[in-house]
Amino acid sequence: MANPAAVGHEGEPFRLDVERGKIREFARATGSSNPAYLDAERPPVPPTFLTTQFFWQDGGADAWQRVELNQQRGMHAEQEYVFHGQPPVAGTSLRCRSKITEMYEKRGRRGGVMTFVVMVTEFRDETGRLVAEAKMTGVETGRTPGETS
Amino acid sequence: MTQPVLTVPEPLVRGPLTRTDIVRYQGASGDMNPIHHDEGFARAAGFTEPFAVGMFPAGLLATWATDWLGAENVRRYRVRFREQVWAGDTLTCSGSVARTYEVDGVWHVDLDLVCTRQTGGVAVQAWATFVLPR
Repeated sequence: MANPAAVGHEGEPFRLDVERGKIREFARATGSSNPAYLDAERPPVPPTFLTTQFFWQDGGADAWQRVELNQQRGMHAEQEYVFHGQPPVAGTSLRCRSKITEMYEKRGRRGGVMTFVVMVTEFRDETGRLVAEAKMTGVETGRTPGETS
Repeated sequence: MTQPVLTVPEPLVRGPLTRTDIVRYQGASGDMNPIHHDEGFARAAGFTEPFAVGMFPAGLLATWATDWLGAENVRRYRVRFREQVWAGDTLTCSGSVARTYEVDGVWHVDLDLVCTRQTGGVAVQAWATFVLPR
């Protein structure tokens, strides 16, 4: 079961270096041949690129650990990225921090109770300006995902 | 500036997807959950075989949108995961204009996006906002 006491928990700050080669690899893996990603000297990140924060977020920086969602029944429900201006470009070093912001329950169509948990990660540039936010919604279902038809 | 007229491009069709396509995305994103490549692990969790990371079809759908409206112009991208994607699936990414509107002299467009499987089932649904360059 998810731990309701996790709401409000903030992970330690961590750093995400936006690298040109990583953008290229990510763009190709997501089916893009866009020269804006592949050829530019300082390409912007693709819309879902900030998911690579997984690489950088461990130990105390990983606020999600505190949630204790049952992994057998846990699934990614929604993901959102907001960019305050142009998405960050290669060469930028982002200061990041994740926080568990919400936990709520909903009754599923087949009767089981589903627990939703929201984590917001803020991304700031070298000047401290908020350049992007990621909002992840995870869900713990009343049954294992393998039982999904 | 008068309201811009947008021409929606052809859908992006990808597939049949291979296990390699799924693993390539895992490597690029850093999400190495074994349920997406390890047969034994996936079966032990109650699945018939490994399936794609949800962020993979989400990324393909985002690619369709940024290849159309510009990599630097996206301001919001929200995705909801609906159906699992498996090796062998062929995905179709497309979308439509929900509305265009002006904020402080800059035109914005909201898109409704969808990535469907060959079965007709919706893998991921998404909503995006782009600014339109002058």
